[in-house]
Amino acid sequence: MTESDPIVAETAARIFADLADPQTVNRAGDTRWKEALWRALADAGLTLAWTPEKLGGAGASLTDGCAVLGVAGRYAVPVPIAETLLAGWLLSRAELAAPAGAMTVAPARPRDKVTLNADGSLSGKIGGIPFARDAEHIAVAATGDHSTTIGLVRTVDCRVNEGQSLAGDGSDTVTFDRTKPIASAPANIDASALILMGATVRSLQMAGALEAVLALSVRYANERVAFERPIGKFQAVQQNLARLAGETAAALAAAGSAADTIANRDAFDDAVFLEAASAKIRAGEAAAEGAAIAHQVHGAIGFTREHVLHRFTLRLLSWRDDFGSESHWASALGSMVAARGSDNFWPILAAR
Amino acid sequence: MSTDLRFDQIRLPPACEKLRDEVRAFIAEEVAAGTFAPDRPGHGDTHDRAFSRRVGAKGWIGMTWPKKYGGHERTFLERHVVTEEFRVVNAPVRLHFVADRQSGPILLKYAPEHIKQDILPRICRGELCFVIGMSEPNSGSDLFAAKTKATKVDGGWKIKGSKIWTSNAHIADYMLGLFRTSPPTKENRRHGLTQFLVDMKTQGIAVNPIIQMTGQHDFNEVLFDDAFIPDDHALGEIDGAWKQATSELAYERSGPERFLETYYLLGELVRALGPEPDLRSAEGLGRLVAQLHTLRRMSISVAGMLQAGKEPVVESSIVKDLGTIWEQKLPERVRELSAFLSPEESNRATLDDQLSFAFKVAPKLTVQGGTTEILRGIIARGLGLR
Repeated sequence: MTESDPIVAETAARIFADLADPQTVNRAGDTRWKEALWRALADAGLTLAWTPEKLGGAGASLTDGCAVLGVAGRYAVPVPIAETLLAGWLLSRAELAAPAGAMTVAPARPRDKVTLNADGSLSGKIGGIPFARDAEHIAVAATGDHSTTIGLVRTVDCRVNEGQSLAGDGSDTVTFDRTKPIASAPANIDASALILMGATVRSLQMAGALEAVLALSVRYANERVAFERPIGKFQAVQQNLARLAGETAAALAAAGSAADTIANRDAFDDAVFLEAASAKIRAGEAAAEGAAIAHQVHGAIGFTREHVLHRFTLRLLSWRDDFGSESHWASALGSMVAARGSDNFWPILAAR
Repeated sequence: MSTDLRFDQIRLPPACEKLRDEVRAFIAEEVAAGTFAPDRPGHGDTHDRAFSRRVGAKGWIGMTWPKKYGGHERTFLERHVVTEEFRVVNAPVRLHFVADRQSGPILLKYAPEHIKQDILPRICRGELCFVIGMSEPNSGSDLFAAKTKATKVDGGWKIKGSKIWTSNAHIADYMLGLFRTSPPTKENRRHGLTQFLVDMKTQGIAVNPIIQMTGQHDFNEVLFDDAFIPDDHALGEIDGAWKQATSELAYERSGPERFLETYYLLGELVRALGPEPDLRSAEGLGRLVAQLHTLRRMSISVAGMLQAGKEPVVESSIVKDLGTIWEQKLPERVRELSAFLSPEESNRATLDDQLSFAFKVAPKLTVQGGTTEILRGIIARGLGLR
């Protein structure tokens, strides 16, 4: 495990502040900002933060990569930074080198499965792949008869049917039709680990976006005057903003706890399952509550395309659906707890 | 004032797990001996003098206090472990809990040396019960409206007036009370209140019971008719009590007792649902688990940040706001999730008994120790809105 280095998150914060200002991005008529942002992130090694140096990455710690995702969440830009980090991490689990450029991962839903054929090719029609159309490569966790194989696939070798998330970001269906990976190797994890890791990644992004939404909402409430005073002076508005702070806090704590757990354990065991599932459930619930409150505070202006709020709230809502919804994880977590029985219930919680 | 929220990732150190095993073994012995029944909240007494003494003998009261006052100089994380293990089994800790959580720390900070040496070791041995004397008939959330007067006399103060909603007053040895020593000033309406240590055996104090809607008796009305308090029982600055309620409040707000008061329902629900619940029950249960896990992680984080000397005032208020609302809603959620469990197919008698108690307890959870509305006002101020 590489030691944590605050410079990683600080670098990310500076790059996003310089090149992903929400107002600027919201007004931009083209995607040049995206290219400049991606170049800066890639040059700083942040897009491959989770890939060890010997495999072509920056070799940052898992904790530092998580901090980068928190920052990315605070800007909520439609750039596949989280997906590329995740792909680099997945490849590294099979000691595969990461290529340059944007990547994404498959599968991205708990019930989807990419099948590893006997000849080493991959098959499966996989929906909800974030940013597949923008990615040059897809890192795939493929399920064979007895093992899991990680494959690196060129996106041009697959069929991509474009779809959209609630926020208008690429959420594509990728068909692997006996697709040959350009590199593949057996992994020391199975496909469910990718989903747990993805759930944690989305939780961190949601927590970051909620931080941004809270800051935006408090600032607006202090600036917007109605009935001859800033609306933030009204108790009804204060109560709502305090609730928003509570939801933000819960998402931060839950996502941070899951990230910390993954960073400090070797295996994707029951502890990781409890933590990652809880993080995705709680951050998802916070996303819904938080987005609703932020819109209520902002009134009509927050409902316009011109205002930046939707950039955060719609991504908050749509990120809930990637790597397992709250409902998915809750039924899985509830089933696990029930199977273990009442006497083990408190010990399971207290062990965390 | 900031919207930045911080939850350091604090894990309980290995020493805590050894302590947890000791506490669980102690609880098992007590339950076996019939001291209390974990799944029967609302039936037994919530206080037990002999039990508190045994807890004290174990070294689990005043855990974080200096050894010279009978404390054990352990961490707030270790205290967290003891608190949560007792809370989830409904252990009868009422007698010593208030003294351990808040009265002791206030005495440590503001009482004169000879009083600290006299009282703190007795708290640690589980011998003393404290009551908080803050609310009055016309002063609840608005603490600074308190009118009960302490008038200066030779060698001390004479108290006249009343306190209300005083939990434990009928069994308490001492009260930490807030009394008016001067009128408020135009500039500062919080001015003029002083904190006093009051021996409940003092002449001129009468305690009248107020029975709660659960049928239990915690609340009381305490009447003061020129009760005499010696000078050395005034704690901290005269007229300046408002300055004294700062960081201790963070401990009071963020502990595990702020979200585990109805926990028993969840353990019993798991038992009643059995190993293979249907999809609806599994999902509902899973959400509750995720929410509780998150609250617990937040609470431990605040304990760790306090231990490290930080002042997570907003974060601790958030733990209490989210935590009390969660434990208050829990009976509703458990009722829904157990709705299709028939009495014939499952043993739900215990669950039904617990629900009937929990529904009656629930309303107080977001009132006691600072209402939801007050907490949110504190959070809003922390965010920079007031």
